[in-house]
Amino acid sequence: MSLDLRIPMGLMFTFTGLILTVFGFATKDNVALYAKSLGINANLWWGLVLLAFGLSMFLLGRRGQQRLAKEPPVLEDGEVRRGH
Amino acid sequence: MKLTSVDWLIMLLYFVFVLGIGFALKRYMKTSKDFFQAGRALPAWICGLAFISANLGAQEVIGMGASGAKYGLETAHFYGIGAIPAMIFVGIFMMPFYYGSKARSVPEFLRLRFDEKTRALNACSFAVMTVFSSGISMYAMARLIQALHVFDGLFSALGWAPGGIFTFSIVLSAVIVLLYIFLGGLTSAIYNEVLQFFLIIAGFLPLVLLGLKNIGGWAGLKASVPVAYMHEWKGVMHSNTNPMGIEIIGIGMGLGFVLGSGYWCTDFLVIQTAMASKNMESARRVPLIAAIPKMFFPFLVILPGLLAIGLPTPHTTTTVHTENGVIYRETNVVSKQVEEGRGLVPAKINPVTGQAMLDASGQPLLDYDMATPNMLLHYFPTGILGLGLTALLASFMSGMAGNVTAFNTVFTYDLYQSYIHKGGSDQHYMAVGRWATVGGILLSIATAYAAINFNNIMDTLQLVFSFVNAPLFATFLLGMFWKRATGHGAFAGLISGTAAAMLHHGLTLPIEAHTGVHGGWITVVHHYPSDMAQNFWGAIFAFSTNFIVTVIVSLFTKPHPESELVGLVHSLTPKPPRAHDRWWKSPEALAVAILLCAVGLNIFFA
Repeated sequence: MSLDLRIPMGLMFTFTGLILTVFGFATKDNVALYAKSLGINANLWWGLVLLAFGLSMFLLGRRGQQRLAKEPPVLEDGEVRRGH
Repeated sequence: MKLTSVDWLIMLLYFVFVLGIGFALKRYMKTSKDFFQAGRALPAWICGLAFISANLGAQEVIGMGASGAKYGLETAHFYGIGAIPAMIFVGIFMMPFYYGSKARSVPEFLRLRFDEKTRALNACSFAVMTVFSSGISMYAMARLIQALHVFDGLFSALGWAPGGIFTFSIVLSAVIVLLYIFLGGLTSAIYNEVLQFFLIIAGFLPLVLLGLKNIGGWAGLKASVPVAYMHEWKGVMHSNTNPMGIEIIGIGMGLGFVLGSGYWCTDFLVIQTAMASKNMESARRVPLIAAIPKMFFPFLVILPGLLAIGLPTPHTTTTVHTENGVIYRETNVVSKQVEEGRGLVPAKINPVTGQAMLDASGQPLLDYDMATPNMLLHYFPTGILGLGLTALLASFMSGMAGNVTAFNTVFTYDLYQSYIHKGGSDQHYMAVGRWATVGGILLSIATAYAAINFNNIMDTLQLVFSFVNAPLFATFLLGMFWKRATGHGAFAGLISGTAAAMLHHGLTLPIEAHTGVHGGWITVVHHYPSDMAQNFWGAIFAFSTNFIVTVIVSLFTKPHPESELVGLVHSLTPKPPRAHDRWWKSPEALAVAILLCAVGLNIFFA
């Protein structure tokens, strides 16, 4: 399978993290909104965590795919995968 | 609940990626092996995360939170005793036969090991169960969406009648699951299960952290719930001294040995993910990798329920404050449902009288299923609330997807190819698999609608499943580790095990339950202290009956020649070759490490 899951997954969490971070930053003075989360700007902080996670997944996936492109993977029974 | 565009954006993003993965995988679906078995080419970590994620459906996320609110930390037995040992067992001892036999499904393994009729029995019951399970999952999701008013704002904005929310939820989830499986088969289902695994963590970890901070950390939680709630093992020697009403033999044998193993070691829903991995070494490692996060999942899914019960119950309050000489009177009205509840767990309200429903001892009945969803609504501001709801929706959908891929594989290989149309081309079977996906989802939708009209259908179905599942593990255990076991023996054992489970249920009743779907429909000869105890002991009886009948019938029937059993039975199979030279890289070393860790966690929560 040549679609490395880490790439779409990394992208999804990067985007989600971005949305939350930006929204959290834009609403950082809105005290009423964050009364629910005990005064913590949950969007901003958790957005940053997800952003970091998403980016590292994406980069790992990219690196894995570049390595895969260099050497054709060999299956257990010695058959070389064709095509993709 | 009010959702804003940020919440919708996050939800939409998830749907786009889920479908995008399906479309991206479509071009790799060339043979039926690609479609049904993910080409047997996936890395172990992906399969491992999908292995627990397949089980992390609605019943798990909502149900474990509910159980945490109802029974406290004792719920963690489902992990420490029910899941971890079974996952280690299937990885170390059973996977060599599942994967090594080259069987494409669990029923097919039964045909290789036993005979055609055992396979047919297992395939038929399994196919029916998966369809109904995914229907139940769908129904539960639609009900939750209704209860949380997720789509109410959207519906009123579009001018649609709110009565359509149930149908809208069902059709939306069905179409999405259908599309991504139709396009990408098992690979797509597995990839999305992994995506969902991380989403659940992303959505629930901040919830647990906020809840713990609010209640004053671990010590604060301990102070606000009854003592028995915070102990996993305390009072477990006798059923009267722990919240669940079970004792050590029921837990150890019933949950650990029979039910846990029966699920994690024989259910194709989870086994299919391990069988999709790229080689034997990976396949054996899949359940072990899955066991690592599984150990820590109680924190994520049980704690929200426990926190919900520990928090102070909201009451209608009036606050008065003066500002510039003007007196402001602010009244915070809380509905009766909330006020009669405990913590954030609402009471159940009789829809006719509007009064709280009471149990036999006059206490209000609590709607424990709302524990986790209410925690989300209580702590999450808009933005991260969208993430939490998306995680919840994702868990429902991937639970459905696992059932649907298991169904299409078993239907195509074990029913269609074996009994309806033999010798078709590979492309033909792939097309059948795709259409079986459509058919399976349509049947699930029908089940979901049936559940609206017949109140008891969900309980009844789950009861019937438990009759079928309880004895299964004995058949696999004997099949893999006793070469003398025969097909006639296995078949007779399965039938009599199921019959024993039914008989046990018909003759016993949990105290404070009425006869009927809860048991005692023949006549009541024994009362159990709780429905859990009844459940665990029923499993013990079913397992034992199956075991004994299989052994007796096998001894009287002709055994398979040993040459046919190579690769299927432990004593006749050469040890898997060791692909590594360092002992600590072996699956066995990983298994021991996990076991030590699990024991450590159990001692910590004792």
